[in-house]
Amino acid sequence: MVTTVLFFLLAGVAIACAGLTVYYRNPLYSALSLIGVFISLAVLYLTLAAPFIAITQILVYAGAIMVLVVFVIMLLNLDEERPLNRLKHLYFIGGGLGAAMLAQAFFIFYAVLKTPKHVVDTESNAGSTMSIGTHMYTEYLLPVEIVGVMLLMAIIGAVMLVRKDTHASLEAAAEKETND
Amino acid sequence: MEDVLKTAFPFVVYSVAILLAFQGVLMIVAYTVLGERKILGWIQGRVGPNRVGPWGVLQPFADLFKFILKEDIVPDKSTKVVYMMAPLVALTCALLPIVVYPFGPPIDVDLSFLPYGLGEGIKQIPLTIARLDVGVLYVLGITSVGVYGIALAGWSSNNKYSLMGGLRSSAQMISYELAMGASIIGVVMLAGSLDLHEIIWAQGHSTFKWFIIPQFVGFVVFLIAAFAETNRVPFDLPEAETELVAGFHTEYSALKFALFFMAEYVNMFTVSVMVVTLFLGGWYIPGLTHIFDYGSIPYAIVSHVGFLLKIFFFLFLYIWVRGTLPRFRFDQLMSFGWKFLLPVAIGNVIVTTIVVYFMNR
Amino acid sequence: MEPGLENYLALSGILFAIGAVGVVYKRNAIGMFMCIELMLNAVNLSFVAFSRYYADVTGQLFVFMVMAVAACEAAVGLGIIIAFFRNRISVDVDDASILKH
Repeated sequence: MVTTVLFFLLAGVAIACAGLTVYYRNPLYSALSLIGVFISLAVLYLTLAAPFIAITQILVYAGAIMVLVVFVIMLLNLDEERPLNRLKHLYFIGGGLGAAMLAQAFFIFYAVLKTPKHVVDTESNAGSTMSIGTHMYTEYLLPVEIVGVMLLMAIIGAVMLVRKDTHASLEAAAEKETND
Repeated sequence: MEDVLKTAFPFVVYSVAILLAFQGVLMIVAYTVLGERKILGWIQGRVGPNRVGPWGVLQPFADLFKFILKEDIVPDKSTKVVYMMAPLVALTCALLPIVVYPFGPPIDVDLSFLPYGLGEGIKQIPLTIARLDVGVLYVLGITSVGVYGIALAGWSSNNKYSLMGGLRSSAQMISYELAMGASIIGVVMLAGSLDLHEIIWAQGHSTFKWFIIPQFVGFVVFLIAAFAETNRVPFDLPEAETELVAGFHTEYSALKFALFFMAEYVNMFTVSVMVVTLFLGGWYIPGLTHIFDYGSIPYAIVSHVGFLLKIFFFLFLYIWVRGTLPRFRFDQLMSFGWKFLLPVAIGNVIVTTIVVYFMNR
Repeated sequence: MEPGLENYLALSGILFAIGAVGVVYKRNAIGMFMCIELMLNAVNLSFVAFSRYYADVTGQLFVFMVMAVAACEAAVGLGIIIAFFRNRISVDVDDASILKH
């Protein structure tokens, strides 16, 4: 009963915040609404007996990624975006896409509703730290390693993207080194 | 009637527990402020506040009344909603970790004397509000959300000094969070759990008793990162008064300023609790079981007092450092965090991994 | 009583749809980036819901993979946005239509 009430409350908050993310033209307000979505999803994960995922969601999304986004918005001092003028047809494409996806979501809802009820195993410890760690470093070791390599690539890529050294200054540095 | 009582009983108990814990922490925080002014005065050869009550012990209440009674100024061109929200976010995120603090060892009780069978099945009273499987991550996660309070305050004030303070704070928090997280991994590996109680338990059973001995490098890195996370001297760049007036809270006055102020001191308390729990055994005092039985009330009281004394030491350390060290420059702060602290923390993780692997073989 | 699996999947679908619409509507790169994060989160929700209803930890593990991808995306994506802002003094994707330095 409590879970059901919580679900509908949090689902409402998540959908409202997601809508506001798209609605606001000011990027900072969008970012704040998105943080609202992340936090309500984290609480939903708690009701789904996945505390580790819930905390990781807060730590990674709300605590790291969105802080970076807010930092960039503040750093670049972005103001409100201009309205679409050249790309008017995007309104129709976006509306059509949204309608199709909503129809799909309700089709899934209907289809899953019609299937026989699956009994939830409330005794399962699938969300505990121990079980996640055990599976991560035995059964799914290869994906974890690949993700590690990908993170390293992302770090190197990000550093290369934002370094200020221009071609000319690099050449000058190389010349200086050969002269020494 | 009986059923209603039985359902309501846990809610009442938890409400009282939450009230007690929050009130206790806030009182300690209020007196930390007074203690800071007194100790700073002592370090600098002056008296400190001494007018309100004997030795100034009523000063925190006088400060509170002053904060409430002052005029609350909202800058004309600020972003109003965000401006109001920022102090609330900061204080909420500072207060939330209180629910997982391990205040003391569990007490064995017999509650069968309670009417209507309310005490049925209760064998122990844990001296904590919630025992989370992921307690360490919870504290890290909530404190990392706290940076929004500062960043948004800086942005919404529409003041260049505030904005600089907010920007500095977000950059600093992200940088030092990495070192902080990496320094904890060693402790988590030795304890084999993310639960704060399990970590204390593991320290009682390890050879060295306290993790500060096998994890000294982790301890030092954590302590330095903790000073940066709480924006205290020598890392108080977000509110550096010689460069940025007052940093992110330049435009805040009255009660809103008080909320930021409280958030900073509650954060100091939280970080001290984390240091004590992770590296100094929390409430665990070696050899105390020879004097009192584990689970008895005197054992719990002595352990709790020991826990508080350890925390007071770290709060004192904060003030001591503030009275002693000068402030970093911002580029020094960044290069120190990324080029020294983080590699050291990662090296500590690698060494600990190898040692734990060979110990467990 | 717990809400059925279909409720979580429907919520996930709705959030995904909102995110997709946002990617099409938004004009500045940061807005599009945030909407992509929203879509990734919608997928995470369905992973966790399946993991709960089939008592299998695999779904939760793949949430980690998605989070790692999102973190990489944040690092590289924000890097691109900052580099682009340095060149054009704008983060509007319409201004990114010229293949020239």
